[in-house]
Amino acid sequence: MRNVFLFIRKYSNFLFFLVLQVLALSFLFRYNNYHQAIFMNAAEEITGSLDQRYSTVEYYFKLKKINEQLTAENLRLHQTFRENYEVAGEGGKLVADTVMMDSLRRIQKYFWMGARVVGSTVSTQTNFITLHRGSDQGVHPNMGVVSPEGIVGTVVNVSENFSSVMTLLHRQYKVVVKLKNGGDRGTVEWEGNPTFVTLRDIPKSAKVQTGDSVVTSPTSSLFPGGIMVGTVLEITDDKSSNFYTLKLKPSTNFFNIEFVYVIANTQYYDQKRLEDSTHKKFQ
Amino acid sequence: MSELLKNIIRFILFIFVQVFILFKMPPLHRFISPYLYYLYILWLPFSMSRAGLMSVAFFFGLTLDYFMHTPGLHAAACVLIAYLRPFIVNMLISQEGADKNYISPSITSMGWAPYGTYVFILTLFHHGYLVFLEWLSFGSFLYFIGKVIATTGISLLLILLTELLFFRKEKFRTNTV
Repeated sequence: MRNVFLFIRKYSNFLFFLVLQVLALSFLFRYNNYHQAIFMNAAEEITGSLDQRYSTVEYYFKLKKINEQLTAENLRLHQTFRENYEVAGEGGKLVADTVMMDSLRRIQKYFWMGARVVGSTVSTQTNFITLHRGSDQGVHPNMGVVSPEGIVGTVVNVSENFSSVMTLLHRQYKVVVKLKNGGDRGTVEWEGNPTFVTLRDIPKSAKVQTGDSVVTSPTSSLFPGGIMVGTVLEITDDKSSNFYTLKLKPSTNFFNIEFVYVIANTQYYDQKRLEDSTHKKFQ
Repeated sequence: MSELLKNIIRFILFIFVQVFILFKMPPLHRFISPYLYYLYILWLPFSMSRAGLMSVAFFFGLTLDYFMHTPGLHAAACVLIAYLRPFIVNMLISQEGADKNYISPSITSMGWAPYGTYVFILTLFHHGYLVFLEWLSFGSFLYFIGKVIATTGISLLLILLTELLFFRKEKFRTNTV
């Protein structure tokens, strides 16, 4: 027994070192698995409020850019007004086909909420942004986040007043997207270079050209379809596979986002539950 | 100003500079991330016990981690360099008892070459371990080697600038303390 105590005393520093290492590494690997860490919610409130103070200063210098973004977005929305479109033929008559639609019970599937970005990182390999909206304002994990220019990421963690968003520029982020022209689906991920993201699993039968738009696919169940993701920069034709690997230029400029929309899919858990149970059933 | 107060202010300043200045800069390349914050651990006084060094380093790293949403990553690397620091200081101290005559490691207390070696070795250990932990979840061997080398270069440059801009005058204390 005495020897045990002597041993502990002799190597106390080394043992303390090991204890701290194990503690730190358990924080790290638990966080990667569940996106939940000890004290993370409490810490989020503190770091969020500091981030917010910093962003009020930064915000002022970005006003011009924000204005341009919002004008461009307004313009795009104005173009889609029904008043802008006219039926070509005089004899034509617009008839709303109500067969497919139960007019008494329309369902709004996606709800949009505006949110201000108060903190962001861009220079690491695991980039997050912090939004000044949290569980008290109805934000939950697994909600999509888009900017006026295109998609940004997914909410992974919330506290009362702040939420963390894993951005497209995160090594573990993946989202299902499709080519606007043709509709072939693939998966977007990031390989660490901030100027482009990689789109995989586009079959070689698809007609792709550089400059083509890539938009979100409704099958991702986080985003409504048709939101810009990026444009094709480069097509890599790997002879050994049946799929293209495409380099995309993300449409969102992650360096100056100030306002984003958080999108709540009201049927997300509904769909997820069904998919999970189907998966389990045929495993 | 007492040493304790000085170190508390440094703690806050290093975290703020790292989070709000260095990590806000648009990245030059994917291998380069500008790290300076761990200089705080290199500047801690000689007189601290090893357990003290490691606990301070752990909380310092964890504070940065909560800003970066990577709990444990920087804390693990900081604890490693805090553990190795006394070994390297003992190896590099040239004059007899410099760690008694001066308060903390610096160019004046250790001399240019030993201090440079001290910073270089600990920087390499810090980045090596940090990138290794990143490598476990993604990346390739090329990424590991490239990032350690590039990031070490940038960090040494930043530390040199910091040492020149904020030159620390270390008072010589007699042995009677």
